[in-house]
Amino acid sequence: MNSYSVDAGQPMRSEDYTGPGNGSDQPPRHNPNTTAIVGLRVFLVVVSSLFFLLLIALLTRSQYSDWEALSHPWQPLAQPWQLWLNTGLLAVASFTLQRARTLCKRASADHHFEAIKNQLIYSGVATGLFLASQLGLWQQLWSTGYSVAGNPANSFFYLMTGLHGLHLLGGLVAWARLWWRLQTKQPARLRPSVELCAIYWHYLLFVWLLILALFISPPETFAQIAAFCGFTPVQ
Amino acid sequence: MAFAVVLIILIVASVIFHFVSPWWFTPLASNWGPIDDILIITLVITAVVFVALGLFMVYCIIRYRHTGGHRAHYEPENKKLEWWLSGVTSVGIIAMLAPGLAVYSDFVHPPANATQIEVVGQQWRWSFRYPGGDGQLGTADALNITDDNPFGLNPEDPHSQDDILVQGSELHLPIDQPVKFVMRSKDVLHNFYVPQFRAKLDLVPGLVSSFWVTPTKAGEFEILCAELCGIGHYNMRAKVIVESPGQFQSWLSKQSTFSRSLTRDSTVGLIEQGQQLAESRGCLACHSVDGSPSLAPTWKDLYGKQEQLADGTQITVDDNYLKESILAPNAKMVAGYPPVMVAYQFSEQQLQAMIAYTKSLSTRPGDDGQPATREEP
Amino acid sequence: MAYAEDAEVVELHEPQSFVTKYIWSQDHKVIAIQYSLTAIVVGLIALVLSALMRMQLGFPGAIEMDASSYYQYMTMHGMIMVIYLLTALFLGGFGNYLIPLMVGARDMVFPFVNMLSYWFYLLSVLVLLASFFVPGGPTGAGWTLYPPQAISQGTPGIEWGIILMLVSLVIFIVAATMGGLNYVTTVIQARTHGMTLLRMPLTVWGIFMATILALLAFPALFVSGVMMLFDKTLGTSFFMPVMVSMGQTLDHQGGSPVLFQHLFWFFGHPEVYIVALPAFGIVSDIISTHARKNIFGYKMMVWAIIAIGVLSFIVWAHHMYVSGMNPYFGFFFATTTLLIAIPTALKVYNWLLTLWRGNIHLTVPMLFALAFVLTFVVGGLTGLFLGNVIVDIPLSDTYFVVAHFHMVMGVAPILVVFGAIYHWYPKITGRMLNDTLGKWHFWITFLGTYLIYFPMHYLGFLGMPRRYFAYDNYAFIPDSAQSLNAFITVTALIVGIAQLLFLVNLAWSAVRGQKADSNPWRATSLEWQTPQTPPVHGNWGKRMPVVYRWPYDYSMPDVEEDFVPQTISNRELGISDNGDLHSHQQATTASGSDQT
Repeated sequence: MNSYSVDAGQPMRSEDYTGPGNGSDQPPRHNPNTTAIVGLRVFLVVVSSLFFLLLIALLTRSQYSDWEALSHPWQPLAQPWQLWLNTGLLAVASFTLQRARTLCKRASADHHFEAIKNQLIYSGVATGLFLASQLGLWQQLWSTGYSVAGNPANSFFYLMTGLHGLHLLGGLVAWARLWWRLQTKQPARLRPSVELCAIYWHYLLFVWLLILALFISPPETFAQIAAFCGFTPVQ
Repeated sequence: MAFAVVLIILIVASVIFHFVSPWWFTPLASNWGPIDDILIITLVITAVVFVALGLFMVYCIIRYRHTGGHRAHYEPENKKLEWWLSGVTSVGIIAMLAPGLAVYSDFVHPPANATQIEVVGQQWRWSFRYPGGDGQLGTADALNITDDNPFGLNPEDPHSQDDILVQGSELHLPIDQPVKFVMRSKDVLHNFYVPQFRAKLDLVPGLVSSFWVTPTKAGEFEILCAELCGIGHYNMRAKVIVESPGQFQSWLSKQSTFSRSLTRDSTVGLIEQGQQLAESRGCLACHSVDGSPSLAPTWKDLYGKQEQLADGTQITVDDNYLKESILAPNAKMVAGYPPVMVAYQFSEQQLQAMIAYTKSLSTRPGDDGQPATREEP
Repeated sequence: MAYAEDAEVVELHEPQSFVTKYIWSQDHKVIAIQYSLTAIVVGLIALVLSALMRMQLGFPGAIEMDASSYYQYMTMHGMIMVIYLLTALFLGGFGNYLIPLMVGARDMVFPFVNMLSYWFYLLSVLVLLASFFVPGGPTGAGWTLYPPQAISQGTPGIEWGIILMLVSLVIFIVAATMGGLNYVTTVIQARTHGMTLLRMPLTVWGIFMATILALLAFPALFVSGVMMLFDKTLGTSFFMPVMVSMGQTLDHQGGSPVLFQHLFWFFGHPEVYIVALPAFGIVSDIISTHARKNIFGYKMMVWAIIAIGVLSFIVWAHHMYVSGMNPYFGFFFATTTLLIAIPTALKVYNWLLTLWRGNIHLTVPMLFALAFVLTFVVGGLTGLFLGNVIVDIPLSDTYFVVAHFHMVMGVAPILVVFGAIYHWYPKITGRMLNDTLGKWHFWITFLGTYLIYFPMHYLGFLGMPRRYFAYDNYAFIPDSAQSLNAFITVTALIVGIAQLLFLVNLAWSAVRGQKADSNPWRATSLEWQTPQTPPVHGNWGKRMPVVYRWPYDYSMPDVEEDFVPQTISNRELGISDNGDLHSHQQATTASGSDQT
């Protein structure tokens, strides 16, 4: 179509670049592993947006007069031992995934096959126990009269822990796929997937710690944070 | 070329249209003339920009159209020009924004001498409350709302006692007196809108919103709802009558107060009870009592009527049919009306009241074969 | 055209069966077409709904309709057009097709997730359309779905319609996230050799920025939708205050309807830029190509896109000036809203300055692009009325708003969609769309929509409220307003039917259209340089292309052809200088104005 000769064999030189962006920033080579991590991080920005908005909604709603914080004395989360247990379980899951990730990074990764598999089992089991325990906590709350519609604080608790749990469940799907592939492939080749799981779990642990901090903090803390964001009490 | 010509015609026609258009602001009847002024400023600036950009585009299309003879100029950017254009645009923006915010500042600061009048919205009618002799509106809460206390006023509050309640669809205002409307909704979002006043605002259940206005022209104006509030949204209408202070006072003195409504004779007639229910439960939003067509069948001459049902059968409107229509409205729908009425929970006593009221609006014979007569309350 | 000699020679895994090639396809081009066809079909449904609405407004009583149905049509029309047509088409349709081709990638970086994105989108469409068939019918709460009325007595569809609507939106958001991850990560990671960010066409910048907005804003719709679902199905009170609904005091208390509005519009305002930014980018490329001139001020155009994107997150409450929110917010949001007008105006100036001293070919794509500029100017300028808080007070909820958003979101971007399809059709199918049909389609659509929406603003000045089923006996509304409504209806029906011209053209030209070569518009950007037209799986053959310049080297001085594809190096041109921007500028200023 055009009259230029097809220059198939010439090596590239920097002075060949024209137009804005004068060859100074070469685009990164498409490394599928980095790409997957970039993709995950973009996804985590989306999830952060979600939880951030929930947080804002929570803070505004908490200043309405009908809010009864679950951390109020005599309220269920004033003595939250189950929440600490669950936190521990999630921390174990994160920790074991991090172990698996470090083991995979080593040059001798293939020799640690059993160890990596074990760490993965622990993380899966810990996560499963976390989710089961969360459900148990829900059931307990509900049966003692703290139903989802009973009070806005309840509603937010169920909603936020529910969404957090759903994200974790999604992670378990990825975990299951990784587990399945580990039966046949060597860990070195699965390092990227282990990395992704580890990053995702650490992130969800961080989100969980935020939710935990919010729901066990006394109402005064809520009021302070809300005031800081400019939300004032509403009758 | 045809394209350029059409563009010129469009641009010129748009400008001409503005001047010949019969659709323009309603005549102003309030102090908010400055809003019109800011609107005109905005219109002038945007019109100038529209014409300038449009004609420039036409010029380029004509002057630089492809003729086979010339070549496009190569000029990737001209930072100076772009910054200059940004500067000019900023000036235009400020020219609109600054005076606009100044008028808005007036809007959000009601004058100290504004009288408060409450507007209460519900699906799909308006009610109003005046402060009465003590100049203060009593407290109210949606949780207090009952059939006997449709405004939900707090009976313990002494300021409530002399509040003047207006459930009919007429709001009266004295001319040249600033009014701060304090507004709430009993159910969903509504918006109190009088085009001639310019100012308007939403009514929000769960909070009290307010805006102020000074009516400056006597006359009768229409109140509309300007926030979608269900299927009756387009029919949520009322009237505001602006009159001299003397006329206003005389009208006000004829209205009922809260205390009077509380001490209403407990042996109130069944018909009047029915009428109260019809007002407080919002029936009149869809059912007219004077025969005018509305969202739902009119109650005038309804009792004893041979009604055509949606399933093709006919029925005579009697006591049982009326009861069923209240408790299970979709059971035997009248043909030609949408199935949107909700089921109401009425006690037997209330049902009797409704039947009595409906009968009183009809000249047809009732169940007992006797023509219905209007009971004296 | 040069290829990287050290590029990996990849074995491309071709899908083999009909099903994996055209149905469960992971190829971005197939997915793009799936998205586009689905969006067009569902958009036609919404067009029919609008015709029904216009019949009621223009000729009340001509067809049997009650208020309940009217509000249901109105709601579904709005939601389908904004989300299921415009967003899906620009991001899922154009984004999927053009991004890999324009940045020089073989496909999107996560093809499996990309495929899932389409099927989730289709599922969301089916769930939405199912609401026509459930008891109570679809929701009639308005596309903005404000509580409490969206889930309260007196609104149609509160039994099932609203639930299906919210579920459908949640599924759509999942789909949009899956797609969005692809578009963003592909732009960041998968550009070919030499394709720096500032050598990407503005189409990519527009869609890229719009996708970032989508990823950040859709969670707000998700949160508000889930909370409303909870309020409806579980009896919570996120948004539901104490209410006496039809005489019954409900169980809810303490919820805030205004909170919903904040969440909804935090999504809703970026949403309009999700629709507008791709349109901006595409228009820049169409004007540039068909005027044989580089887009004026490319860098500023990029900065404007970024600025508009960022600012779009801090203007949302201009949709809430009369909502009863804290009135002092009005000052802040009016300022930010009018501020966003500045980068937007800059883009308009630059489009016009691209035309200036250009070599303008009034092809069908160019006609649509220029019509976009005019209608966008009108629509954007009327936005200034509504953004200025005090002027919005009388105009909100009137036909001024309806006219504004249709002009700026309905007319202008749709003109770009048409122009873009006429422009890229030869690349997608290898054939040209019929020019005569195209011109007829253009004229009827452009003039028709202008005649519909320009006068409508004046009904808004009059104060005629929107979302009204009927306007019986309003003293302040003259009879002539009803005549205008009738005129608008007739015009709208004509424009609607004229779209058949386009559909027929699409279908007919696919098999009988004039065969096109690989670059009929003689454009510079990378998608036109594929070895095959239509491009095959993998897009580039065994070796990846190398990019040497930005995509706007049209009518370069010292070069005989009036365009230089991105893949041509200076050496091939015979230019010995280091070929950077400034030396070209100096050369042109020295030699004077345009050469004849």
